[in-house]
Amino acid sequence: MCLAIPGKIIKIDSKKEYATIDYGSGTKRKVNVSLIDAKIGNYVLVHAGFAIQVIDEKEANETLNLFREMLSFEEER
Amino acid sequence: MFQLRDKKLADEIVSSIQKLDVKLKFMHVCGTHQDTLVKNGLDVLFRKCGVEVGQGPGCPVCVTNPREIEEMLLLAQKGKIAATFGDMMKVPGEKYSLQSMRAEGHDVRTVYSIEDAVNLADKNKDTEVVFMAVGFETTTPTTAAVLLKKVPSNFSILSCHRIIPPALKAILDMGEIKIDGFIEPGHVSTIIGLNPYEFISKEYHVPQVIAGFEPIDLLMAVWMLVKQIQHGKAEVENEYTRVVAKEGNVKAQQAINDVFELIDVKWRGFPVISKSGLKLRKKYEEFDARKKFQDNLKELKDKEFKEPIGCRCGEVLRGLISSKDCPLFGKKCKPNTPVGPCMVSIEGSCNIEYRYFNK
Repeated sequence: MCLAIPGKIIKIDSKKEYATIDYGSGTKRKVNVSLIDAKIGNYVLVHAGFAIQVIDEKEANETLNLFREMLSFEEER
Repeated sequence: MFQLRDKKLADEIVSSIQKLDVKLKFMHVCGTHQDTLVKNGLDVLFRKCGVEVGQGPGCPVCVTNPREIEEMLLLAQKGKIAATFGDMMKVPGEKYSLQSMRAEGHDVRTVYSIEDAVNLADKNKDTEVVFMAVGFETTTPTTAAVLLKKVPSNFSILSCHRIIPPALKAILDMGEIKIDGFIEPGHVSTIIGLNPYEFISKEYHVPQVIAGFEPIDLLMAVWMLVKQIQHGKAEVENEYTRVVAKEGNVKAQQAINDVFELIDVKWRGFPVISKSGLKLRKKYEEFDARKKFQDNLKELKDKEFKEPIGCRCGEVLRGLISSKDCPLFGKKCKPNTPVGPCMVSIEGSCNIEYRYFNK
């Protein structure tokens, strides 16, 4: 039930309450964004019709490198 | 989108764990973690490395107690439109499930979001709509956000919301099994951040790692726990940094605090856990189905509810046995004919085990 799916914000209404999210491969859905501070272009996690957090895109792209560094740091200790 | 795959790195993590020759037991509390573990064979892989990783009470549908199920069934029987997430439909009550209630002609609807339930209330002004609000901290802010807006007066919720940290404490206090570390649920943590877990590490000296849901996230989380233990540490670490901020989602926390207050509540398979449940604050009591329909629910007041005969969901949820240890598993108890909720919910460990191995 805590499943959350990543998607990209492509449109936000003027009240900043709802956004259109593109989940890739053409799937789009209206999502409530009142729980986050959202901007167009942000990647967000969507759970039960609500965006619950903005994904840190830079951090996501760096995650595997970070893991590699943690591992090699430990191995050298 | 954001799939993290690297076989070489995965192999390195595994061999790094293997080298340490440990014998440890970790618990996670999330059905989505269990799905990743079982689907990718990580549970077997970890066992080969001396690490047992099992699911605790991390399935909101599973820990919803029999009284709450009967309350919802009774409200459906009394003519309300009963709106619920699909996962709840087949959970057996004493005589009925919501699904069999629907087959009897009562108005039970499955919804994807609480907003769908509000829309039902808008479209059916003459009928009361009750939404069964199930879920941990990931889901609770969605309920709160809706109630903070104007909702129709024929809409109410049956709050079955619970929070995770007190359940971790309950597991440790009960002392039935030794837990060497907790893998904390990434999306609950998205909302609550790191702080609410700190007391577990400080008071019980148990290491914790918040983890994401890719296979490599769980490999890394186990590695980080093993490393903490190797270095004699017990801290809250965050593996899921791309989504979980230290302070969590403050806006969502605020919404929860505005709408709900903590209460003691019984979890299925557990005794009452202190301050682990959420009840609507007085300001919102007109939307509290328990208050609004107290006359309808009166007949349940002094009733005692038992678990289904032979069902061992309680022990599964406390991490004492695995699904396959239950004599009913895959025989009398299957996803289409579930005896207990752990076989119903796609987050339940029995359902997950059956789905991947007993098709």
